[in-house]
Amino acid sequence: MARTTGRRLPWARTVFWLYVATLMLPLLWMFGMSIRPNEDILGSFSLIPQRVTFDNYVTFFTDVSWYSSYLNSIIYTSLNAVMSLIVALPAAYAFSRFRFAGDKHLFFWLLTNRMAPPAVFLLPFFQIYQSVGLFDTHLGVAIAHMLFNVPLAVWILEGFMSGIPREIDETAAIDGYSLPRFFIRIFLPMIRSAIGVTLFFCFMFSWVELLIARTITSVDAKPIAATMTRTVSAAGVDWALLATAGVLTIVPGAIVIWFVRNYIARGFALGRV
Amino acid sequence: MTAGSQVSGEVVTTAPAEPQETRTDLKRKDNRAWWLVLPVVVSVAFTAIIPLMTVVNFSVQDVFSPSDRVFVGLDWFYEAVRRPENREAFVRTLLFSAQVLLVEIPLGVAIAVAMPRRGFWASAALVLVALPLLIPWNVVGTIWQIFARADIGLGGWTINNVLGIGFNYTLDSTDAWITILVMDVWHWTPLVALLAYAGLRSIPEPYFQAAQIDGASGWATFRHIQLPRLRGVLTIAILLRFMDSFMIYTEPFVVTGGGPGNATSFLSILLSKMAVGQFDVGPAGAFSLIYFLIVQVLCYVFFTVLTRSGR
Repeated sequence: MARTTGRRLPWARTVFWLYVATLMLPLLWMFGMSIRPNEDILGSFSLIPQRVTFDNYVTFFTDVSWYSSYLNSIIYTSLNAVMSLIVALPAAYAFSRFRFAGDKHLFFWLLTNRMAPPAVFLLPFFQIYQSVGLFDTHLGVAIAHMLFNVPLAVWILEGFMSGIPREIDETAAIDGYSLPRFFIRIFLPMIRSAIGVTLFFCFMFSWVELLIARTITSVDAKPIAATMTRTVSAAGVDWALLATAGVLTIVPGAIVIWFVRNYIARGFALGRV
Repeated sequence: MTAGSQVSGEVVTTAPAEPQETRTDLKRKDNRAWWLVLPVVVSVAFTAIIPLMTVVNFSVQDVFSPSDRVFVGLDWFYEAVRRPENREAFVRTLLFSAQVLLVEIPLGVAIAVAMPRRGFWASAALVLVALPLLIPWNVVGTIWQIFARADIGLGGWTINNVLGIGFNYTLDSTDAWITILVMDVWHWTPLVALLAYAGLRSIPEPYFQAAQIDGASGWATFRHIQLPRLRGVLTIAILLRFMDSFMIYTEPFVVTGGGPGNATSFLSILLSKMAVGQFDVGPAGAFSLIYFLIVQVLCYVFFTVLTRSGR
């Protein structure tokens, strides 16, 4: 294999790692906040924590309302990513390979759902989910988040699929592959990087969404981001606990991207079939 | 509403790769493809159309109680257009989105190009760059609220005490704007970088080998091989960044609450004040429908320009 993959300027790597360092500053700052007691955060400015404590982490993992909402978020987010992907795959293939009545309008209409202003959708969502029994369930949140994740998934997959020459489909058809068999045996492995990217984005957008998830849940499926808003008490904001929760919310996503990293990085098998 | 859109061609995201691929790759016409799209239509109908109809309902009624409603026609729409603060918020939001795009798209592409390509450090870089995207938006707001504070935050403290510039985002409207903009760049440039990185990885190796044999410079390789191949993912990135920055709510709400004054009151902050704060569901419904239509029109323009430009 060649070692090129695009030549980069000699200083590109240095600049890149400088960027990463800048990017990490607020996160390291947040981590620093999570391992010091509240009084030290508000007391005076100090770069390095004066007193290191892990009490905040202990609180997080012993208080049921914290760790259960953490699990809730993981459950509905994973459910949403898988459901969105399954629904979006055939649709993206249709958009990238066929012309059919109303295709462009439909594609654009899908995109517009990505920009529905959530603030005014809350009331309708609340009423509908209560009347169909999806209120405060993991499935309910997963379905609600499909509103913006399915269009996104269709869109990303369509973009990647259109990058794959149609000759591959035709060759497979000549070789006697049926559409479903071709799709699963040949096409899906070719777009695995797109699937990785899509899963990651669905996971991410569902994970960080707060407004809708909070409105259609109360206890059983309450998301972690909603629990975080609870840290504001009469005594002020519990910054340290908030920072702790913030640090921990990054962990599942970091694990997800670590697992899909190869699919993002490996690229397509263009021209290899 | 979208009449005339059928004149635009299909979405072609990549330049023709080999000579024989020229324009023979026209899509097959087949209405049975609707069966493949059906699951998406059903799922989106349940999550989008039904709530949207309820909003339309609100926008033409004055609701006193669930059983006592008066049809008011387009009154709420007139009111929404007439109010000067709505128009100011619109201009402000548009300006913010434009700045976000101007900074984040070039920066994201540059980061993607500079990213390590193989080995452990490539994976580590990917994970590190993606981290800001994984923080719930209210927490992003909280982090920056404290990070940019002049007294106890690292960012604000450094600007004031090391660089010697007076900076206070709670008092100065320019500082508040810059804080929100920097926060958005910090938060969202990784999204552009990740998409561009995935796009770059999809370029077949022979292209670079050919460029190397021809003795192309790094810039020429970027300009003539990498950039054209990125059109598809950049379309996604631009539209996504435009929509999300145009709807930005949680982060400025947490950091500045829309202030000081109205300096960072974007459209959605105004909207949710109406809908949730004052329970004016009528005006809020009308306002959000106009908002929705504006975003649709702008996105349609973007979408058409971006998907046609390469033809």
